[in-house]
Amino acid sequence: MKDRKYLKSHEWIKPDGHVGISDFAQKELGDIVFVELPEVGRSVNKGDSLGMIESVKASSEFYSPVSGKVATINDSLTATPELVNQQPYENGWLVQITPSNPAEMNELLDYDTYAALAEAGGH
Amino acid sequence: MKKTPLYDEMVRSGGRMVDFAGFVMPVQFAGIISEHLAVRRNAGLFDVSHMGEVLVSGKDAERYIDKLVTNAVGKLSDRQVMYSPMCYDHGGCVDDLLVYRFNPERYLLVVNASNTDKDFSHMLSQIHGFSVKLENLSDQYAQLAVQGPKAIHILSGLTDLDLDNIDFYWFREGLVNGSPSIVSRTGYTGEDGFEIYCRPEAAPAIWSALLIKGSTHGIQPCGLGARDTLRFENRLVLYGHELDEHTSPLAARLNWAIGWDSDFNGKQALAQEKETGSKKKLVGLEMKETGVPRQGYSVYAGEQESGVVTSGCKAPFLDKFLALAYVKPEHSSNGTELLVDIRGKKLAATVVKTPFYKKPPISRLTDSAEGSRSSEA
Repeated sequence: MKDRKYLKSHEWIKPDGHVGISDFAQKELGDIVFVELPEVGRSVNKGDSLGMIESVKASSEFYSPVSGKVATINDSLTATPELVNQQPYENGWLVQITPSNPAEMNELLDYDTYAALAEAGGH
Repeated sequence: MKKTPLYDEMVRSGGRMVDFAGFVMPVQFAGIISEHLAVRRNAGLFDVSHMGEVLVSGKDAERYIDKLVTNAVGKLSDRQVMYSPMCYDHGGCVDDLLVYRFNPERYLLVVNASNTDKDFSHMLSQIHGFSVKLENLSDQYAQLAVQGPKAIHILSGLTDLDLDNIDFYWFREGLVNGSPSIVSRTGYTGEDGFEIYCRPEAAPAIWSALLIKGSTHGIQPCGLGARDTLRFENRLVLYGHELDEHTSPLAARLNWAIGWDSDFNGKQALAQEKETGSKKKLVGLEMKETGVPRQGYSVYAGEQESGVVTSGCKAPFLDKFLALAYVKPEHSSNGTELLVDIRGKKLAATVVKTPFYKKPPISRLTDSAEGSRSSEA
């Protein structure tokens, strides 16, 4: 968890460009039943919507922590979207981004800052 | 924000509390899917103390309620329960409710929490010419629902009532965990089960006793999330979704809950709608392309806008993406191919028969063995 950077909106990104949502976020969403992922190759700006996570109760967009191109998407979520609940930091990753401006990584939150924000604002 | 008498038990049981209809209520405990499946397979326990209760008493009670609601209240026997919409003169719904008859001069009306105040005002406005007394007793009743095929086995040791003698939509008064209660064989899940009305101060002990007794039967505490998905699979309508002041019981296919022989509020409007046909019809939709249909999403027949989704989710027990929707009558027959606009993408859906999930028959303690449902299925 500490090897990655975070957005206030609960997405994480690893140095290799893998993006997912935090454990805090998956708990807030509850049982996830469908994940709508972007097309591979799509260009995104930092903060753009990448897709939609659907839980039983609600639909939530997720956003790109950095600008770049969608390099890969997690195809296993088509059949098993619950991976996002079960392993939000591992097999429940969402997409991999090839950053176009790696310096943007430095603008993101570290884990401790994110965790404090999430705890404070989450309820 | 009001707390129900079970608030502390909800928090202690791990409930995630949210604001709903002016109350702090649990939306979930272990998780909506897990709770939903527990009710279908074993049992679930719900705090539904937020529901409103209005006592109607007096010599004209029967005549008054028969005017107030669409269903034929005159057909009720003592200790019987009836579901009914309650309409405005224009045929739209004030609410839908349960009518409990103690005797012809004493009834309890159980209404939706979000509508309690509105309903009570409406009821008072209709009182002219009737010798009845109305009392809003919502704060004097706690309500628990124990639902699922194992519900009868869980409740049986905790009450002096013979539960086999309470048929679907009947009730008895007796002791639950030593406290005077009303026990009805009703629910909002599409399963067998009971609803228990008790004094607020007795509710926490009843909650705990049911959880303890139910632990060997796979009971789970359940929140409003599972309550919604369970009622949805069984196509039980929810006010604010399938019903509102602009929607008639006929459009919602509640014809069975209209007693045409009595002179109820809205009868003229509904009779006319019956004659000319409803402008919209409630249907079930099954998504043919993957997507989660949600309330408010538009439904199309080709290029033509046909209606709107009222409730939808990935149904936890049936494991399908399903919706309830109002569509034009010409698009309402089973098998009709429609499209649901999910955030700008029109995804294919088919009109399917409802209820999506059919309520199984009630279980009896005297059945050979617990779980005998498999032999009935």
